[in-house]
Amino acid sequence: MKKNNINIPELALIVLVGTSSSGKSTFAKKHFKATEIISSDYCRALVSDDENNMKATNDAFDLVHFMIEKRLKRGRLTVVDATNLRPESRKSLLRIAKKYHVLPIAIILNIPQRICIKRNKTRTDRVLPKHVLHNQMNLLRQSFGRLGKEGFKSVYEFRSPEEVKAVEIIRRPLFNNKKNEQGPFDIIGDVHGCFKELRLLLEKLDYKIIKHRDRSHNWGYTVRAPKGRKVLFVGDLVDRGPASNEVLRLAMSMIEAGQAYCVRGNHDDKLRRKLKGNDVKLQHGLAETMEQLKDEQEDFLAALPRFLHRLTSHYVLDDGKLVIVHAGLKEEMQGRTSQTVLSYAMYGETTGILDENNLPERIDWAKDYNGKALVVYGHTPIQFPEFDHNTINIDTGCVFGATLTALRYPERELVQVDALKTYSKPSRPIRERMRETINLPIDDVLNIQDVQGRQVLQTELVKNITIREENAIPALENMSRFTIHPRWLMYLPPTMSPSATSNLEGYLEHPIEAIDYYKTNGVKQIICEEKHMGSRAIIVIAKDDASIQEKFGLENKGIGKIYTRTGRSFFKEDEQWEALLLDRFRIALDKANFWETNETNWAIFDCELMPWSAKAQALLQEQYAAVACAAVQSRSVTQSLLEQAQERVAIPTEIMNRFTQKKEKAHQFKKAYHPYCWKVERLEDFKIAPFHLLATEGNVHTNQNHKWHMETIHDICKHDPEILLATAYKIINLEQETEIQNVISWWTEMTEKGGEGMVVKPLAFIVHGAKGILQPAIKCRGKEYLRLIYGPDYDLPKNLKKLRKRGLGKKRAMASREFALGQEALQAFVKGEGLRRVHQLVFGIMALESEPIDPRL
Amino acid sequence: MIVTISTTHQPTSDFTYLLHKHPDRFQTKDISFGKAHVFYPAFSEKEATMALLLDINAVDLSRRTQQNYAQSFQLDHYVNTRPYVSSSFLSTALSKVLGSALNGTCKDRPEIVHKALPLVVRLDTLSAKGGEAQIRRLFEPLGYELQLTPLPLDEQFPEWGLSTFYSLELKNTLPLQQLLQHLFVLLPVLDNNKHYFVNESEIEKLLSKGENWLDTHPEKEYITKRYLKYKKSYYQKALTELNPEESASIKNAEKEKLPSLHDQRHEMVADELKTRGIKSVIDLGCGSGKLLRHLIKMPQLEKIGGLEVSFRELEATKKRIYYENMSPKSQERLQLFQGALTYKDERIQSYEAGVLVEVIEHLDPSRLEALETVVFEYGNLSTIIITTPNREYNVLFENLPQDKFRHPDHRFEWTRKEFQDWGNTLAQKFDYEVDYQAIGEEHPLHGGPSQVAIFTKNAKPQAKQNK
Repeated sequence: MKKNNINIPELALIVLVGTSSSGKSTFAKKHFKATEIISSDYCRALVSDDENNMKATNDAFDLVHFMIEKRLKRGRLTVVDATNLRPESRKSLLRIAKKYHVLPIAIILNIPQRICIKRNKTRTDRVLPKHVLHNQMNLLRQSFGRLGKEGFKSVYEFRSPEEVKAVEIIRRPLFNNKKNEQGPFDIIGDVHGCFKELRLLLEKLDYKIIKHRDRSHNWGYTVRAPKGRKVLFVGDLVDRGPASNEVLRLAMSMIEAGQAYCVRGNHDDKLRRKLKGNDVKLQHGLAETMEQLKDEQEDFLAALPRFLHRLTSHYVLDDGKLVIVHAGLKEEMQGRTSQTVLSYAMYGETTGILDENNLPERIDWAKDYNGKALVVYGHTPIQFPEFDHNTINIDTGCVFGATLTALRYPERELVQVDALKTYSKPSRPIRERMRETINLPIDDVLNIQDVQGRQVLQTELVKNITIREENAIPALENMSRFTIHPRWLMYLPPTMSPSATSNLEGYLEHPIEAIDYYKTNGVKQIICEEKHMGSRAIIVIAKDDASIQEKFGLENKGIGKIYTRTGRSFFKEDEQWEALLLDRFRIALDKANFWETNETNWAIFDCELMPWSAKAQALLQEQYAAVACAAVQSRSVTQSLLEQAQERVAIPTEIMNRFTQKKEKAHQFKKAYHPYCWKVERLEDFKIAPFHLLATEGNVHTNQNHKWHMETIHDICKHDPEILLATAYKIINLEQETEIQNVISWWTEMTEKGGEGMVVKPLAFIVHGAKGILQPAIKCRGKEYLRLIYGPDYDLPKNLKKLRKRGLGKKRAMASREFALGQEALQAFVKGEGLRRVHQLVFGIMALESEPIDPRL
Repeated sequence: MIVTISTTHQPTSDFTYLLHKHPDRFQTKDISFGKAHVFYPAFSEKEATMALLLDINAVDLSRRTQQNYAQSFQLDHYVNTRPYVSSSFLSTALSKVLGSALNGTCKDRPEIVHKALPLVVRLDTLSAKGGEAQIRRLFEPLGYELQLTPLPLDEQFPEWGLSTFYSLELKNTLPLQQLLQHLFVLLPVLDNNKHYFVNESEIEKLLSKGENWLDTHPEKEYITKRYLKYKKSYYQKALTELNPEESASIKNAEKEKLPSLHDQRHEMVADELKTRGIKSVIDLGCGSGKLLRHLIKMPQLEKIGGLEVSFRELEATKKRIYYENMSPKSQERLQLFQGALTYKDERIQSYEAGVLVEVIEHLDPSRLEALETVVFEYGNLSTIIITTPNREYNVLFENLPQDKFRHPDHRFEWTRKEFQDWGNTLAQKFDYEVDYQAIGEEHPLHGGPSQVAIFTKNAKPQAKQNK
């Protein structure tokens, strides 16, 4: 039997139309997944336990519509299995399809009435009265011919069980779906008929262009592209310029050869309508184009309308990471098709109001863009293309005598050629940039939707990080009431897990477990860094005030900020220290030629700031010193009273020993915090120990290993050793047992002298293991330091036994997630994706930090 | 933790009989939080000293309360002063170990139970957060002679000052039972912390241990409130029992208060909404919901919103107004949700008026700009009412130092001019008319204690540009 193939786009709303017993459910089940089908009968059963309960129809359809909406919002093809015989019921379905920019398609099962009646009789689940079927048949007849007008993009009709049986459904990707195309690409801005410049630009990009004498051969041009590269045009190939026809020929040739893609610009569309015979005014450069086409060859002119017609609104490329479009596209429209999508894509968002140049006022859509895909677009000429909220406009007004721009992707480099002359006058002055504060998050307004409730955040390192609502709740209060301004807050440090619990006598933590962790996970080299006992501090620093304003959008706020791991100002009460410290740090950076070496005007460092007593004064006094004071006093008095009593009463030896020991522990406890405290009287009493150079202009330095970080930082520290503390470190080859033993001795020595301990990291910044990324760092704290954490008597054998029961799983899961979010936030900031995106990620870290986890870990 | 009690009463055996503890033995008793040891560091015919030593294990203490999961995640859980200082642990130990002395039973020598003895108590780590004055206020009215030495926090860091711990010697001549009762009640009061949950049975405990002395103690109200952790129903009951007439007059005095400044602000807001015929209003920063309770009663309001950043506060407000028990209609009328005024929030847009009562001063000045955008640009509100303290008025508060704000969380306080400059700029930028008033009784020079700005959107048809 002849196959009856029908093509259906991968994302569509398929509306089955047919009378009862026409075989809709059978048809749906045969061709679609069970989860793709929304059946009104089933929904009737869901709300009333009875598929045939007609009184439940209204509620059932509410449910049908609700489920369709959820699926379409998520971009899933959906089939509606209901009779759909009445225009009003189809209308509500069409409205939903339109809302989500999904193609509506109707499939009519027009089965002769007698067959339906016969089927109906043999049905066991439900038998309808004859007149009902009859009425349905009438409605079906009335529906014919109306469906297209109602708004269905395609209508298929099958008139017999045989025809239905022969149907084969073929799903095709949407025209805009080029996710498989992963580049590299050269994306070219609005050409507007500037053929010479286009040719120069392509040659600059290493394309070879051969012009044929036979103008019918490949439309006159054959292009050889550099290996693997493809060209993407953001539309507006034509109008205003001197050779729109040649530009079209070159583009058509490349597109047909699979070397290029082009989206439809508003000028391309106007030409299409003109050629179709619509009444289009010959203005804004269309007259020139028509003139240039006048003497063109027949075959070219014949192919042109079809070429223009097939230009799609936008393309989604590279696994959804790149979108090209003429004027701009919101995230919820990407990968969708509808008239609304097309006009948004061609014209951008407009208010409908005319501006002073009598042109439609445009809305700065990019300002509110917060999508995952980089959107490359044109349409509005500007002088300087810049990344802005993960978008970039590359129309640099070539036809107006400026430049023609290409963006190399994924390199993110701009390649430009100057216009050979001015071909046209712009109808409004060319702006320098999209807006004055482009690339600055300055006019970003944070949106509650980005942070409230349950959020699932995607990061490069850990896919899908769920932020639970109960954790977002306290984070919101923190963020709006206690942290520094969000524009400073481009990063928060992740929590760090301790090493697995040691079973060595007298130890709760020991380096061997940390080393083993990396060894068993296949790491060959690790770095062990001295852990300073101060407070974690993130330092944002810039060359000057202006650089902070430019990059962070903070005016007159100094050359940087020092903030805590919870995002609060480090020097809340004593801001003068902050400014002085930043200045000293900046001078050291100047002397180290830091700005020039790293081609940057700003940097973010991860540091430890000492003394501990500077930040944690209250904690120290109210907790540690108070406990030490009370413990020493109480235990000294106890000891002497016991000794006094011993002269006349027999006191059990174990009691005497126990309290003698306890007295010693109290003294040890007191001694434990002493090394971390000193009085701050002058600036030099502060010490800053940076250990990561997190980011500078254009770079997040996670591609560098820790040796690089240490060396870069040592180089800075030597310019101001009074304040900047170079961290001691050792790089260990895990195959060398002696090196491992050496570093253990080093740790023992440091901690016995009162040091906090050390941090063990894989040499590379990021290491992927069998189950995701490895812990970026593990701390091993010294015996005496742990006394502060677990109390004076923690290392008594009985106590140690109890304390060894501690689980690290949750702590480590949190550490990985927070690390991934932090890295993603830095990447987003460096790429200029805008405050909303960065803030969402940083907010995520803060929310994860409110997850209840034993704070002693 | 260790405490000693000494006497020079003779025969000293009276003392040991009363205590029910043999002078030549080291005795140990298990109690729920560790061990209690009793021994006599000194015992002769002339004098006797008994020591009660508590061995509390901090690690056990924290691992014991597994049921209280969240609490076990507090950093001070292992590292706290509990094992070393005088506290409710000691009171518990007194009743468990020296129960008969505390209850005044002595089978063998009943005649000495009520006999006043010269007694000395030494506590070397007395915890008293209220300082020396407080210790004296509590013990001196009971006839004690005190020797007090505060302990420095850390000798190595003299700049850290003194701790809240004291070496204390108490001298008095009184029956041993009374001395123990005094310690039993007053030590937890000084420490202001209890290791167990305070329930109603504590009232009974207080009244029995306070028998014959608490009702005449000049600080009885303070002691009672603190001992019962300021639980109003508990301390009122205890005070009534202690002295029926007096406490009734206290209650009445509490009732007759003038409307507070807070109430005046709310009345002002309500009046303003009323005269303007506002139908829907959102309280931005609704706090404990006081204004909301005012607004609920206004029939003209069809829709009321409450936005608050503190979720805990919001939940408490819901409880306070019995939100969950309201009829569906009332719940629909009143919507409460968490939000922050530094984030654009579509939920605000569906109200006609927005009210910020004493809110802006809780926001860092650098974040005000975000609030302005969220409320004025995206809020779509026709009326906005903002109140804030008037800084000029602060000079009239006697107890307020010049460089301090009225509330520790205030990030700034403005003079009338500062407030109006800010308001005028906003009005111009976002196309509002603005009007200022004083709230509370006005001082001819310094103005009212609080000030309000009322913004009215200029009635020009304006296409909303942002979705």
